[in-house]
Amino acid sequence: MTLSNETLISWYKKMLHTRFFESQVDAFFAKGMIHGTTHLSIGQEAFAIGSTAALHADDLITSTHRGHGECIGKDADLNRMMAELMGKSNGYCKGKGGSMHIADLEKGNLGANGVVGGGFAIAVGAALTQQMKKTGKVVLCFFGDGASNEGSFHEALNLAAIWKLPVVFMCTNNHYGMSMSVARSTAVANIADRAASYEMPGITVDGNDPIKVYEATLAAVERARSGVGPSIVEGITYRWLGHSKSDANRYRTKEEIEAWKERCPIKAFEKYLIKSNVISQQESDEITAGAKDVIARAVEFAQQGSYPGIETLEEDVYA
Amino acid sequence: MTMALITYKEAVRQAMQEEMRRDENVFLLGEDVGVYGGAFGVSLGMVEEFGEERVRDTPISEGVIAGAAAGAAVTGLRPIAEIMFSDFITIAMDSLVNQAAKMRYMFGGKAKVPMVLRMPGGSGTGAAAQHSQSLEAWLVHVPGLKVVMPSTPYDVKGLLKTAIRDDNPVVFIETKTVYNKKGEVPEEDYVIPFGVADVKRVGRDVTVFATGVMVHRSLEAAEILAKEGIDVEVIDPRTLVPFDKETLVKSVIKTGKLIIVHEACKRGGFGGEVAAEVMESEAFDYLDAPIKRVAGKNNPIPYCMELEKSAVPQVDDIVNAVREIV
Repeated sequence: MTLSNETLISWYKKMLHTRFFESQVDAFFAKGMIHGTTHLSIGQEAFAIGSTAALHADDLITSTHRGHGECIGKDADLNRMMAELMGKSNGYCKGKGGSMHIADLEKGNLGANGVVGGGFAIAVGAALTQQMKKTGKVVLCFFGDGASNEGSFHEALNLAAIWKLPVVFMCTNNHYGMSMSVARSTAVANIADRAASYEMPGITVDGNDPIKVYEATLAAVERARSGVGPSIVEGITYRWLGHSKSDANRYRTKEEIEAWKERCPIKAFEKYLIKSNVISQQESDEITAGAKDVIARAVEFAQQGSYPGIETLEEDVYA
Repeated sequence: MTMALITYKEAVRQAMQEEMRRDENVFLLGEDVGVYGGAFGVSLGMVEEFGEERVRDTPISEGVIAGAAAGAAVTGLRPIAEIMFSDFITIAMDSLVNQAAKMRYMFGGKAKVPMVLRMPGGSGTGAAAQHSQSLEAWLVHVPGLKVVMPSTPYDVKGLLKTAIRDDNPVVFIETKTVYNKKGEVPEEDYVIPFGVADVKRVGRDVTVFATGVMVHRSLEAAEILAKEGIDVEVIDPRTLVPFDKETLVKSVIKTGKLIIVHEACKRGGFGGEVAAEVMESEAFDYLDAPIKRVAGKNNPIPYCMELEKSAVPQVDDIVNAVREIV
């Protein structure tokens, strides 16, 4: 598969944006500038960016509580994302949604979700719209390994399969549902194995390699778009940070975390891009500095925003 | 206006058919809604007119029925999803409460979720504890949902059309024991706005506020009481969210007495909310007696028909409650 240098560089930038965005969120959270809870995907960037790269601009996604990467993959405005996390009225949801509810309907992002497994049925319904209206669009439904033990997973996959809906179920397998490992929580070795129950293809790929993720997703997306039906694409990756801010990592070892940090998807991709003569080290450094600037500007935008007025409290409950 | 005498069930079907003819984005999905016609035969014949694409049989998967309706709604369709018995809403609660009801607010007003979740509610069929509940109070409690509970063929048709045209998730609770009851319904297109109560019987001595099948029992009770010289006003809110407080308050100011009748368990029921609304209103000063609630007992619905009857208010219970208050 030939991917243009421009494409590969755009992925690299998005992976860096995700990393720096979340590093900044982590720092702000520690200072109390971002509140509530936040779920960071540092270490998982390749799966979010490689998969969304296989979509057309008007395709759709549903994502999860750990969904910043998918938002960025779907071309979200980082300024409005940061503003939303800071609870500002110039944020994506006017400060009413926060990290777990960023949605950008115009760009096909039907929303992150605060409920594990909450996005399956919505994705299936969105795919039904595409099928009934013959739009040719596809829905990527992101979920984690833990969500595959929710009943909604099974209801949705079955419905998508019998109706041959244009949806691809994208499993970010980061090994843990909060503290519960996949080995302890799940009766099958790979989440993609569950596809067999619904007579759909299931493929497990290295979730830290954006090109492998892209290729697997593209095949599933093309299958869905042509009307053949849904698939599962599972990427094996790792969450470097805790589940959320209260996590003391009692359920895993430092050695395990360090070993996965050695397999950093961004470092590995940088190495690949340099080795393949897509960019030089110097260009990579410039791109990295540029990505940091983008996040700094997002912070500035967010800080300039105002908090929503009390008069907005009861707005938008009903249409 | 030309009127036709049709059943409640036919009124529901006509509302769906007319809206599906009017707007190609409207479609029906649910368990056995196709050739079977739905568990109560409400959608009988619809698949023949609209095809399997728009009258969709689903697997027995209430969670995804409600959730897919939300997903379809937020992307431009106007689904009507049937939940076979209102009791099974428990299985669809995440889709309805955490997803559909909150999307618009969570997303800062960007989303519209024009979906209707139809479900038959209530007891009286001898079907025991898992097929007989009245769970409207749970749903009324959730910001973002509208809750409709029509009692007559005229109301059910006009309100279902409004529900289908509404841009919010609407929970539409059908009164299953009146599915075969007939009533006059205009042959022309009409809609009934949400939030407008209907005074089903004008009276001056006591206000009886009733929902669902209790509207009919209250009207029967009113006729019995009329013979005793007691003039009962019966108010049917028709929609619980939005709620027409004004009509009720006006009536209570006139009569000075309020009895609230519903089938759902008294504890935590909608009646408590109605009573509180009146107590907080200008009608408080006009009350000549404590507000009375005539409601279901705080137990599951039992199987034995005699026990079942005693679990929810009957005509006699309403008659007695009125006699005690006037």
